[in-house]
Amino acid sequence: MSEVTHIHEHAVGVSHEAHHEGHHHADHGSFLSKYVFSQDHKIIAKQFLITGIFWAVIGGFFSVVFRLQIGFPDAKFPWLETLLGEWAKGGQLQPEAYYALVTIHGTVLVFFVLTAGLSGTFSNFLIPLQIGARDMASPFLNMLSYWFFFAAGIIMLSSLFVQTGPFSGGWTAYPPLSALGDASPGSKIGMDMWMISMALFIVSSLLGGLNYIATILNMRTKGMSMTRLPLTIWAFFFTAVLGVLSFPVLLSGVILLIFDRHFGTSFYLSDIFINGQALPNEGGSAILYQHLFWFLGHPEVYIILLPAMGMVSEILSVNSRKPIFGYMAMVGSMFAIAILAFLVWAHHMFVTGLNPFLGAFFVLLTLLIAVPSAIKVFNWLTTLWKGNIRFTPAMLFAIGFVSLFISGGLTGIFLGNSALDIQLHDTYFVIAHFHIVMGVASMFGMMAGIYHWYPKMFGRYLNNGLGYIHFWITMIGAYVIFWPMHYEGLAGMPRRYYKYDIWESFKQFGTLNQIISIAAIIVFLAQFLFLANFFYSIWKGRKVTSKNPWGANTLEWTTPINPGHGNWDGEIPEAHRWAYDYGKDGQEFISQTTPVGDNESKH
Amino acid sequence: MSTTVSLIIVAAILVFIVIFQVAKTSEYISLLKGEDQTRKQNNRINGWLLLGFMVFGFIAVWLCNEALYKKTLLHQGAASVEGVKQDQMMLITIAITFIVFVITQFLLFFFAWKYQEKEGRQAFYFAHSTKLEIIWTTIPAITLLILVVFGLRFWFTITSDAPKGALIVEITGKQFGWIMRYPGKDNIFGKTYFRVINDENNNSLGQIWEDNAELKLKADPANFDDIVTTQTMYVVKGRPVKLIINSRDVIHDVGLNQFRMKMDAVPGIPTTLWFTPQYTTAEMKERTQNPDFVYEISCDQMCGNGHYSMKGIIEVVDQAEFDAWMAKQKPNYYAAFPDKDPSAKPIADSTKTAVAVLNK
Repeated sequence: MSEVTHIHEHAVGVSHEAHHEGHHHADHGSFLSKYVFSQDHKIIAKQFLITGIFWAVIGGFFSVVFRLQIGFPDAKFPWLETLLGEWAKGGQLQPEAYYALVTIHGTVLVFFVLTAGLSGTFSNFLIPLQIGARDMASPFLNMLSYWFFFAAGIIMLSSLFVQTGPFSGGWTAYPPLSALGDASPGSKIGMDMWMISMALFIVSSLLGGLNYIATILNMRTKGMSMTRLPLTIWAFFFTAVLGVLSFPVLLSGVILLIFDRHFGTSFYLSDIFINGQALPNEGGSAILYQHLFWFLGHPEVYIILLPAMGMVSEILSVNSRKPIFGYMAMVGSMFAIAILAFLVWAHHMFVTGLNPFLGAFFVLLTLLIAVPSAIKVFNWLTTLWKGNIRFTPAMLFAIGFVSLFISGGLTGIFLGNSALDIQLHDTYFVIAHFHIVMGVASMFGMMAGIYHWYPKMFGRYLNNGLGYIHFWITMIGAYVIFWPMHYEGLAGMPRRYYKYDIWESFKQFGTLNQIISIAAIIVFLAQFLFLANFFYSIWKGRKVTSKNPWGANTLEWTTPINPGHGNWDGEIPEAHRWAYDYGKDGQEFISQTTPVGDNESKH
Repeated sequence: MSTTVSLIIVAAILVFIVIFQVAKTSEYISLLKGEDQTRKQNNRINGWLLLGFMVFGFIAVWLCNEALYKKTLLHQGAASVEGVKQDQMMLITIAITFIVFVITQFLLFFFAWKYQEKEGRQAFYFAHSTKLEIIWTTIPAITLLILVVFGLRFWFTITSDAPKGALIVEITGKQFGWIMRYPGKDNIFGKTYFRVINDENNNSLGQIWEDNAELKLKADPANFDDIVTTQTMYVVKGRPVKLIINSRDVIHDVGLNQFRMKMDAVPGIPTTLWFTPQYTTAEMKERTQNPDFVYEISCDQMCGNGHYSMKGIIEVVDQAEFDAWMAKQKPNYYAAFPDKDPSAKPIADSTKTAVAVLNK
C-alpha cells in the first residue's frame, strides 16, 4: 500500500495535466523544453541513443582508418591526408595519429557508446515503462545526466583538434606514459582534455545510476514486486549499482593523475629519466593507477554486458513465445556476476609483477565468473528449446548475442588463467576476446534492443528487410574480423603495433591483416544501412497500429502507441504476475496486468 | 588512385541506394501480399539461414585452422623447458573450450532452426527445472576447478624463485629500446640511481661508480665489472636464465613469445622472470626452417609512439660460445672511464692499481 501512495505523491506533478486531457504535454512547451532540455525519460533516452550513435560512427570510422594502416601499411591514401592533414603526411598515417585513433576508438566505444549509449538509452527508456512509473525518481537529475555526458563528448571531440593531438596512450591511460607530456605528444593537453571529459562522464554516469537505483527500488507500480520485474530491469539495476560503486574509484585515480601531472605529486611516478633528464619524483607506484583503473575497468565490462544480457533475455523470451528459463537463476547469476565483478580486477595485471600468491586468488575468482555465465547461456538455450520462434531482426541480434557471448566468453577462460595469460597478455588474442564478448556482443544486445523497442520509441517500425541485411552482414563480419585474431594472438602478435614489418615473429600475417581490414570496412559500411533505416523510419517508417505489436507481457506495451510525458493516460496499471507467462495454459501470452485466474496452473 | 577511390565510393553509394530501395519496395509488396504471409516467409528464410550459418561457420572454423595453425607458436613448439608444459595446458584448455563451443553453438542454431514458428505449434511452457540448473552449475564449476588447479600449480612453478645457478641478466626498457646488464665476474650488480643516468657518458643505467656528495651517493665497486649491452642479450642453452626487469621511463613489457614468458618493466619497481631455453638460435633456424629466425623481445605494453619498433634480440648459444662472447665484452665502467681500462696500453699500470685500490 505504501508503494501506491508513493507513486501518487510522485505523479502529482504530471497528473494535474493528465486530469483533463489524454495527450498532456502534446501541445505544451516549446521545442526547447520538449526535445532539448526535456525531463521526460523517453526523450532523454532518445538523446542518449542518438548521441551514442554519433559516437559509434566516429569510433567506428577511427577503427576503419587504423585498420587501413594495419592491413595496408605500405599503401598511400591521399584522401587521408586531405582529411587528417599532418596526421597522414603523404597519405601515410603517422604513428602518433595511429595511436591517437586507437586510444579514442577505445575510450569512445567503451564509455560513450556501450556505457552511455546502452545503459543511458535503455535504462532511461525502459525502467519507468516496465516498472510502471510516470518518470524517473528525479527527472531533473536525469536531464543533467545527459547534459554532463554531452559536455564530456564536446570536450573529447575538441581534443581531436588540439595541435599536439588527442591522448594517444591507450584507453586505459597507464601512467607514467599518460602522466608525462615528454613521453608522448598525446600526453600533453590532449590528456588533460581526456581526463576532464572522463570526469564529466563519471558525473553523468553517477547521476544516471543513482536515479535508476532510486527509481527501481521506490517507484514500482502496485503489485510489481522485485521478483515480478522483467530481467531487463534487474540487469539495469545491477548495472547501476556497479557503476555507482566503481566509477568514483576511477575518478579518484584520475584526480591523482591530475595531481601528478600538474602539482608535482608522486602518486604514480618514481625513478623516471626521460627526455635527457631525471624527474624529481620518487616513491610513487605506477601500478597503483592500474589497481584503481581496473577496479572500475573490470566492473565496467559488466556495466556494458549486463544491460545487453537483460534485453536479450527479454527478447529471446518474447520471440520464442516461451517464458525465460530459470528466472531466479538468471537473477542470481547476474547478482553473482555483479559481486564477482569487484573481485577480479587484478586479472588484468598478472604480468605487472603482481604478487603471484595474490594472483592465484584472482585466477580462482575470475574463473568462477564463468559459472554464472555458463548458467545464463544454458538458460538461454533452454528458452529457445521447444519454443515457437519468430525471427524478428531483434530476435536475430539476440541469438547473435548468445553466439558471440559463448565464443568470446570461452576465451576468457584462457586469459583468466594466469599461467596462460602470461603468454597471451596484450596480444591479439586479447583483442579478439574482448571485442567479441564485450564489444560486438554488447553492440548486438544494443541493436536487439533498438529493433525491439523502436516501435515504442517512435511509434513506427524499422524496415525489416534492411534489418535482416544489417544483421547478416554484421554477424558474418564480426566473426570474420575477430575469429582469426585468436591465431595472431597464439603467435604472440602484440596489440597496439603500428606495423609489423620489422618483426620476424609476427610478419607472417600480412594477408590476414588485409582480409580483416577489408571485412572491417564492409561491416562499418553496412552500419549505414542501419543508420539510414533508423533516421528514415523516425519520420517515414510504417506506423505502429496496435499497442502491443510483439505480443509481449511487459507494461510498456500497455501505454498508448505514442505515450506522452507520464506514460499512461489514466491510472498506472497494476502488475498481477511476472513478465514471462508466454504459452501458459494454451494462451499465447498473458500481460502482467492480467489478474491471475482461478483455475490457472502454477509454474 | 583518387579516381579509384572515388569510383569505389560512387559504387558503394549506388549499392547502398539499391539495397535501400529494394528493402522499401519489399515492404510495400509485403503490405499488399499480406503482412502475416511475408512474416512467415521471412521466418522460414532466417531459420534456414541460421542453420546454414552454423554449418558454414563450422567449416570456416576448420579451414581457418588449416590455414593459420602453422603460423602460431603452438605449431612451432616452445623454446623453453617451462613452455612445453604451458603448451600442454594451452592445448588442454583449447580442447575443453572447443568441445563446449561446438556443443553450445550447435544447440543454439539448431534449436533456432528446429523450433522456428510453425502453424499449430504451441510453445512448451517450461519455466524452470532445479535439476537441470544444478547440473549445469556443477559441471562447469568442476571443469573450471580442474583448470584452476592445473593452472595454479604451473603458475607457482614459473613464478617461484629461479633455480640456483641461473644466469642473471638485468634488462631495462626505455623509449624505445632495451639495455642489458650482466653482473660481471663478481656476479653482483652494482647499485644504480636514476639521477646519475648520463647517456652521453656511457652511463645509461645510472650506475653509481663515483661518489656524489650532492646526491649522497657512494661509489659501488660492484659496478666496475658490470657489462652493459644494448638490444641483444646472450643466454645459454639449457641453463636457466633469470631476468631482472626495470624501466627508465614509462611502463614497458618484456615479451618473450617463444619462451612463453612476459613481464612488465615498471619504473621504480623491478620485476623478475625466469625460463630455461632449450634450443639455440641456430637450432631454431632449423626447426622453423626459417634462416632469418631470431628470438625477439617485443615490447608488449603501450609505451609511446615508437612502441611498435621497440625490439630486442635474444641469442641463445651454447656455453662455449657464450663464454667466448663474454670474454670479448668490456665492463661498461671502462667505456665511461677509458683511462681506467687496464687493456688500454699507455696508462695500463696506473689503472690497474687504481682499480685494485677501489676494489678494496
